[in-house]
Amino acid sequence: MENGLVIETKKLVKKFPVGKGEFIALNGIDLKIGKGEFAGLIGPSGSGKTTLLNIIGSLDMPSSGEAVVLDRPVSTLSSREAASLRKESIGFIFQSYNLLAVHTVFENVEFPLLLLNYNSADRRKMVNDALSWVGLSDKTRSKPPQLSGGECQRVAIARAMVKKPSLVLADEPTANLDAANSHNILTTMETLNRELGTTFLFATHDEKVISYLKRKIFLVDGRIDRDEVKQNQNGEK
Amino acid sequence: MIRFLLQGLLRDKSRSLLPVIVVTAGVMLTVWLHAYINGFMGDIIDTNARFSNGHLKVMSKAYADNMDEFPNDLALLDADSMTAVLGKEFPSVSWAQRIRFGGLLDAPDKNGETKAQGPVFGIGLDLLSPGSEEIERLNLKKSLRSGSLPREHFEALISDDFAKKLRVNPGDKVTLISSAMDGSVAIYNFVASGTVSFGSEVLDRGTIIADITDVREALNMPDASGEILGFFKGGYYDDELALSDAGSFNAVHKSAGEFAPVMRSLSQQGNMDQYVKLSSVYASYIAIIFMVAMSLVLWNAGLLGGLRRYGEIGLRLAMGEEKGHVYRTMLTESVVIGLTGSVTGTIIGLFFAWLLQKYGIDMSGIMKGTSIMIPSVVRAHITTPDFYLGFIPGLISTVTGTALSGIGIYKRQTARLFKELEV
Repeated sequence: MENGLVIETKKLVKKFPVGKGEFIALNGIDLKIGKGEFAGLIGPSGSGKTTLLNIIGSLDMPSSGEAVVLDRPVSTLSSREAASLRKESIGFIFQSYNLLAVHTVFENVEFPLLLLNYNSADRRKMVNDALSWVGLSDKTRSKPPQLSGGECQRVAIARAMVKKPSLVLADEPTANLDAANSHNILTTMETLNRELGTTFLFATHDEKVISYLKRKIFLVDGRIDRDEVKQNQNGEK
Repeated sequence: MIRFLLQGLLRDKSRSLLPVIVVTAGVMLTVWLHAYINGFMGDIIDTNARFSNGHLKVMSKAYADNMDEFPNDLALLDADSMTAVLGKEFPSVSWAQRIRFGGLLDAPDKNGETKAQGPVFGIGLDLLSPGSEEIERLNLKKSLRSGSLPREHFEALISDDFAKKLRVNPGDKVTLISSAMDGSVAIYNFVASGTVSFGSEVLDRGTIIADITDVREALNMPDASGEILGFFKGGYYDDELALSDAGSFNAVHKSAGEFAPVMRSLSQQGNMDQYVKLSSVYASYIAIIFMVAMSLVLWNAGLLGGLRRYGEIGLRLAMGEEKGHVYRTMLTESVVIGLTGSVTGTIIGLFFAWLLQKYGIDMSGIMKGTSIMIPSVVRAHITTPDFYLGFIPGLISTVTGTALSGIGIYKRQTARLFKELEV
């Protein structure tokens, strides 16, 4: 990150074919997100927030313009290079947790480290650290069906954080949780953001999430409508 | 990583146990059915060979032309000399003289009046010579239901069902009324030494078996035999070899006379040709059809297995696992499942085939009235292909199904993963 930016998009456009025409999901997005930000893409359904998250997560390619993630231009990445970027540097948190039901909490969190070929001792330490961050050290041997929704999402956070990625992308992470659990999850992520310096980018329209964001990027019809940065008590951005 | 995947495989019963059970069942059925078809087809050939056709048969030309009518007036003369010649020319074949005949068997009461009688099919063979292979060949000891095997001349065996119909017990006299070699009426008394049951409806319906010297005497056929049967010492009928032997014999004995000897292979007798072809082709066809059917089932199982793990695969792709790696791990899993199921299925299939080979299933109840020589006890016959045949549907189809379903991994758009993983 030569210029301290984790994400930078320039005139980013994404079009999808619809019948004989096309639907413009993103229409000239210019965005810069720096290291350690706790930002969210906010907007109604169809505003383009998940599409933007897909391109930033190297899961999709832009139609035109550029998206540079961790100094790597997404549009030039091969499938293998994109997978490598996700594996090494990006953590994902999904709305539906997507834990592997037959594996224990420990094994679910361990999985990204297996892909990165860490040795057994390192994996054990890193998984235990990640589980302690989310307060689930006592649940290592439990399996997802034995956990509550909130606990499952905390496991998903631990899985996203265990490799200490530079960037975590979270798509509606509290959509399936009640208010108390949502608060708990968001506090956990906020703490991790503060303590580890990990950049978090959310896609959400949930007020609970929005209230925690330090930067709110409002999307309307594929364009950035507003970009608000929360000021701290000293009036600093 | 391998440990992680194995743990997932072993813990997820619908990913391991269920497919292994499906593969095992499919392979077991394939192996068992192949052994059963082999046994059933082979049994029919074997039964016909032992009782009627031999692997090779030498007759006079005229007899051969009317073989189904047992024309003993056209029998081979000087049969002992011919048998000796055959023994020299074909040392790998065991030769046995036979006389087949038809007639009427009369069972008299204590006053000598007919109490019952019925049409009979008779076989004259070597029962009394020491070292005769015929008793073993016709499995007479095990087929004995009452009394004993003939130990002296004028004794005969009668099929058990027939004896019951005639109300004949071991030790009772029976009278054979038939046609002698010279065309006159032959009437000859035998003592029923015992009753036999062969497990073949045709043979058990009405058969008398006597020593060939007694039959020669009864039918006035001194040193004559209707047929000289040859049996390969290896035990199994080899059509190619039989045709070759028959061809070479007939080339040497080219005499045009109607009493000149002629050799026929089993497949050259009656409609056995069709049956021999049928048995080899039919067994293969049935095995292939069944294998294809099982392959489709197991292919489908592999396909469904891949589709069922759509969410898990999506997650792995999103987390940065390469498509090729995901594909390879799925194929490896299917190889493990296919191998486990194939080995288990083959072992179980062979076990059931062995049970069927050893004990058989008695089908006599549904074979009453049949006119062809079908063994009423159905047995399997385990052959070498049974040890590897099941791996075709078990391993190849399972892996192919997974390989096809896995192509979806490459076609999957990562751009849709967020949406797909929301569900």
